Amino acid sequence: MAKLTTETKKQSKPVELVKRMIMEQPMGTVGAIITLILLFTGIFARWLAPYGMNDPHPLSALQGPTLTYWLGTDNIGRDLLSRLIYGARISMIVGLIASLLSVVISVILGILSAYIGGALDLIIQRFVDAVLSIPSLLLLMVVISLIGTGMWQVIFCLGISNGIGGSRMIRSLVIGIKSNLYVQAAVSVGAPTWKILVQHILPNIMAPIIIIFSMTVPSVILAEAGLSFLGFGIPPPAPSWGGMLSGSARTYMFKDPWMALWPGLALAIVVYGVNMFGDALRDLLDPRLRGGAGRYGTILKRRISKTITKENPTE
Amino acid sequence: MRAYILRRLLLTIPTVFFVTLIVFLLIRSIPGSIVDIMVNEQESIGAQVTKLDKQAIEHSLGLDVPIYTQYGRWISDIIVHGSLGTSLWDSIPVTEEIGARWPVTFELGILALIVTQVIALPIGVYSALRQNTWGDYLARTFAIFCIAVPSFWLATLVIVFPALWWHYSPPILLIPFDKDPIGNLKMFIIPAIILGMSGAGGNMRITRTMMLEVLRQDYIRTAWAKGLSERIVVMRHALKNALIPVVTLIGYQLPVIVGGAVIIEDIFGLPGLGRLLTQATESRDYPIVSGVVLITSIIIVFINLFVDLSYGYLDPRVHYE
Repeated sequence: MAKLTTETKKQSKPVELVKRMIMEQPMGTVGAIITLILLFTGIFARWLAPYGMNDPHPLSALQGPTLTYWLGTDNIGRDLLSRLIYGARISMIVGLIASLLSVVISVILGILSAYIGGALDLIIQRFVDAVLSIPSLLLLMVVISLIGTGMWQVIFCLGISNGIGGSRMIRSLVIGIKSNLYVQAAVSVGAPTWKILVQHILPNIMAPIIIIFSMTVPSVILAEAGLSFLGFGIPPPAPSWGGMLSGSARTYMFKDPWMALWPGLALAIVVYGVNMFGDALRDLLDPRLRGGAGRYGTILKRRISKTITKENPTE
Repeated sequence: MRAYILRRLLLTIPTVFFVTLIVFLLIRSIPGSIVDIMVNEQESIGAQVTKLDKQAIEHSLGLDVPIYTQYGRWISDIIVHGSLGTSLWDSIPVTEEIGARWPVTFELGILALIVTQVIALPIGVYSALRQNTWGDYLARTFAIFCIAVPSFWLATLVIVFPALWWHYSPPILLIPFDKDPIGNLKMFIIPAIILGMSGAGGNMRITRTMMLEVLRQDYIRTAWAKGLSERIVVMRHALKNALIPVVTLIGYQLPVIVGGAVIIEDIFGLPGLGRLLTQATESRDYPIVSGVVLITSIIIVFINLFVDLSYGYLDPRVHYE
């Protein structure tokens, strides 16, 4: 019987989550839509883009928005809309893979540090302290200047540096769970450590892991753009949104300001959307992580105001 | 308390050790390629190949001895002689280069921190006091806007559009503060606002969360029940306690501000540490690169130590174990 109830609960969970998202988190829903648009554009870039990302049309260079080139063209006549669409793919790939790598590293380091503890914990934590003290952009610039620019290098560096920093949060979560009675019970019946970690610890930190992942994505996307902007990210002619704002483009922006406008706007909208989506997800999945009364407060307030308006229809 | 300070100081030693180790290993772990890169670089420039041959570079970098000896030498040079080596291309001591550049980054950082707090505190407090009203939603949207808009884009817009509309462009040469304080501040204020805004979003949200938490405490209810005015309840009772975590946040924000300063200095042409680092990384001047990264990181370690220790003085309820 108990098994049956958990199964029905599991089946309805994603559907219920979407319902709750739409009902309780209007801004989060907007964010989710923006996130979905990014994924859609990234996956289907080849079919969505009207032109190739590096097709020059020299005769129509430096044009503002026209009917043929909806967002205008750059200094060598490449269609800005097409470049933005292919740029979405770069942001999507970097955002997802680097965040995944980062979360995996965070979980491994965090669990090792918290569960094994002792001297290992002390050493890992001082190492994490050291990495957190080195400004990440400086670290990334130096590492990429050594291993070379490119998308996979950027993903690798962002994943590792974010992952080391993020392990702190996983560690504190695991320390909290470790002291629970069921973990101690598992230890006392002689369950192997890996089994405790997989069966008892990991499921309990799954919600925070999803949240950390969703919060890492926008920061990774921004970091990639910043690195590409400085020339330490994805080298041209790849249409990274950050890279489109740098280099030779900067001299032509004064002739065609649209070139300065679009990539940053796309970046801002995407980061805004994914952030909002992550926030909403946090509120829905883990009430402990947010401040204040949260959704219960909102619902309560809505109910009160409804009753008030029912009682006094004139107001 | 004394035991805590002692323990915290002791814990700083391994952290600093790891920082030096990371910085050292980063640049020296692939020594062959550094020398090759430098030789290639020289060759691509052309004529000067004869000046720096491979052995000379290896020797000047101290790469001809085992790696632990290299680390020992590097550390003892720093501790005993206060020397971070010399620039590879123009033989100027790294400490001298850093000494000439740090005031710019320091001023930019301080101004940006002030901007961050000036934006974040009032809006965060207002947002908490008027929770779930339109003002609150607007403030929270603004906070996310601050986080989402990349500083390098904002800076690009600030350079491009005023130039097009009003033919204004920011000054290119640095105006020293001691010669023309107003001109200097005028030069720094726009970069500082842009840099400060990126930190303001997060700070605003933390301030709001902390205020909300404090406003639900019993002593706040008591203060209301006594009939105190909102101003006194908020300013004297709530804000003081809500601000403690916000203060510690400054320590965590420093690395972000330093990173942002690299981008902002690059765009506005401010000759600070960030620009020194970008130029040195592009020209592969590794003593300068390691010097800048090491100095900024160690300063951040000690500021964080200071912030942690001040926690106890700010909040008498905190007891260290």
